[in-house]
Amino acid sequence: MSKQYMLGQFGGTSLRDALQRFSARLHRQEDPTRKIGAYQVSKAPFLALDDISFDVQQGERVGIIGRNGAGKSTLLKLISRITAPTSGTIGLNGRVASMLEVGTGFHTELTGRENIYMNGAILGMKKREIDRKLDSIIDFSECEQFIDTPVKRYSSGMYVKLAFSVAAHLDAEIMIMDEVLAVGDMAFQKKCLDKMQTVSQTEGRTILYVSHQMDTIRRLCERCLVLDHGKLAYEGEVQDAISRYMNINAAYFEKEVDLSALPHIGGCTQTIRLVHATVLNKDNVCSAGDTLRLRVKVQADVACDDARFMFILFCADGSRLGKTESCSITLQEGFNEVDLQVPCEGMADGMYYYEMSILRKNKEGKREKCDCVPNVFPVTIFNREAFGLDTEKWNAANWGHFMLKPVRAGCTDVFPEREKV
Amino acid sequence: MKDNNAFQMTITSERKLLDFNLRELIRYRDLIYLFVKRDFTSLYKQTILGPLWAIIQPLLTTVVFTIIFGNLAGLTTADVSGTFVIPGFLFYMSGSICWTYFANTLNETSGTFIRNRKTMGKVYYPRLAAPIATACSNLIAFAVQLIMFFGFWLYFLLQGGTAIRITPMLLLLPLLILQMMLLSIGTGIIISSVTTKYRDLMHLVGFGIQLWQYASPIAYGLELVPKQYQGLYMLNPVTPVITTFRYAVFGFGYFQTGYYLLSWGMTLLIFFIGLVLFHRIERTFMDTI
Repeated sequence: MSKQYMLGQFGGTSLRDALQRFSARLHRQEDPTRKIGAYQVSKAPFLALDDISFDVQQGERVGIIGRNGAGKSTLLKLISRITAPTSGTIGLNGRVASMLEVGTGFHTELTGRENIYMNGAILGMKKREIDRKLDSIIDFSECEQFIDTPVKRYSSGMYVKLAFSVAAHLDAEIMIMDEVLAVGDMAFQKKCLDKMQTVSQTEGRTILYVSHQMDTIRRLCERCLVLDHGKLAYEGEVQDAISRYMNINAAYFEKEVDLSALPHIGGCTQTIRLVHATVLNKDNVCSAGDTLRLRVKVQADVACDDARFMFILFCADGSRLGKTESCSITLQEGFNEVDLQVPCEGMADGMYYYEMSILRKNKEGKREKCDCVPNVFPVTIFNREAFGLDTEKWNAANWGHFMLKPVRAGCTDVFPEREKV
Repeated sequence: MKDNNAFQMTITSERKLLDFNLRELIRYRDLIYLFVKRDFTSLYKQTILGPLWAIIQPLLTTVVFTIIFGNLAGLTTADVSGTFVIPGFLFYMSGSICWTYFANTLNETSGTFIRNRKTMGKVYYPRLAAPIATACSNLIAFAVQLIMFFGFWLYFLLQGGTAIRITPMLLLLPLLILQMMLLSIGTGIIISSVTTKYRDLMHLVGFGIQLWQYASPIAYGLELVPKQYQGLYMLNPVTPVITTFRYAVFGFGYFQTGYYLLSWGMTLLIFFIGLVLFHRIERTFMDTI
């Protein structure tokens, strides 16, 4: 299935323009309404989705990830029939409920209760169904006290909670969600995720979920699609898909890294600047015993003898895992080259990256950050000889990102003499 | 994916010209009902007079019409020549409540896609539900106005001295209302389909409706139109609706089966063209709007 858009300005023009174009075509003149020099651009078709094809089984919870503009939302719009594909076919079994937004059709003048009916009906529920579920919807929304108040007086959190509660009680066989879980407080988010999981598992609902929050994808989904520039880049297990996605995302995947050209984190003193880095490893795949070997060029305004490098380790979905520092080193004024070895010990299979900073002590003896570059040195850990786990894949969702040292275990003497009380 | 017949629903790039999917519309009838309820309740929330506003407006219009067109301009209130006497007040009220319904519905449905793009861009429901709901919620206001009209009508009838009489033509009323509905929805959805791409028409709607009013016998009787132009004049599908409405409530006036059927034919044609266009546009309007 594909979806084609025309780039540039099109449509939305006036009738006069259309008539002018039409008469120009009759007289074989060139289009008088086009902008000068805009011809090539506006004629170029843009494929928001380029011939993608996939199957989803009943009861599956499928995550869809990709960068902005990868075609995720377009895909959901096609499946939920908001707009039609340019070519290709989508086959569906069962009702589709699309939650591309929470609270679609909410009217601010109506009360919470009236809006439950309104929103439910827009999402495809019948009035009787809503009648039946009204109590559990109100209960789920935690807004019972305000249910007969117009929603224009609601706080934004309440509004969203009420809206999601309606969506969560839909009876549709196929649920399509676009980041709607990114609402409400943490407790409510968890409640929503649990609810979605339950309906999928116990009632065999199919869920298609788009999000940029890898955390929720990992918790909710069991399979994942990665879209990249309108193409299906990967289809398979969640963990692999997330790594794959982050890989697409990692723009700085080179051996020679021009640090000065990368975005730096503000608020640093800039008395020592990170200029360039060379990754000395053969490739970016390491096993836990290896080290990430770097040669970093720094530029110092004044000589100092207490500079330290600090690395913060991130896992592929962007959560912080830990911090390590170098010993203090002496820098000359001007350019210096420093060799660094960052250990990968204990890290489980997966993709990681670092934030690198350089620190020194200031006059008062306090440590200050001189320069800091985020999102660098992506490294893939692949433990060839995991501690006897080589038959099993590392399950980061359940086990976390660190493979701790093996537990020492051994039986004490056979048939130990137990002291009797 | 190969065997499309295995699926309950398939979404393709092709469109069938005449498949309006009316069954789905019926499945969503609760939504139409709720749209109507929403329109009605939200319209009169935080007002003191509430639904009374529905009758204040036509009442004032009628008074103004009576003064300007009746007393100052002295335009005829007769559809056929003769010496029938109808109170001018009733005459203008009958025309203006019908026209108000027609014009409001047309005006509101002509912006269907543009006004609802926020919800339509986020969730699928049969798009036709929106204009139908608009027509229905206007029907509520019309019903209130009709009750008010029959109040005055009864007053004049009991007072006597007028030519008003009750005839079987009164039974045509539901048919006339249905026709007004179909005609206004049809015209409205044609305009709304075209305005997704060309916004020009949007500016034309308000102005066009005003012109249309003068081309219909709302503020004057049909007799004002010269005989030689009457054939042309009756091509306006609203004209026979209005004159027949007056015939039905007053018991006399202008009624010609031929013109009335012609107006029905045009109504159905416009409604059908509207459906075809609307259905064609609704699939991809989100990309162009």
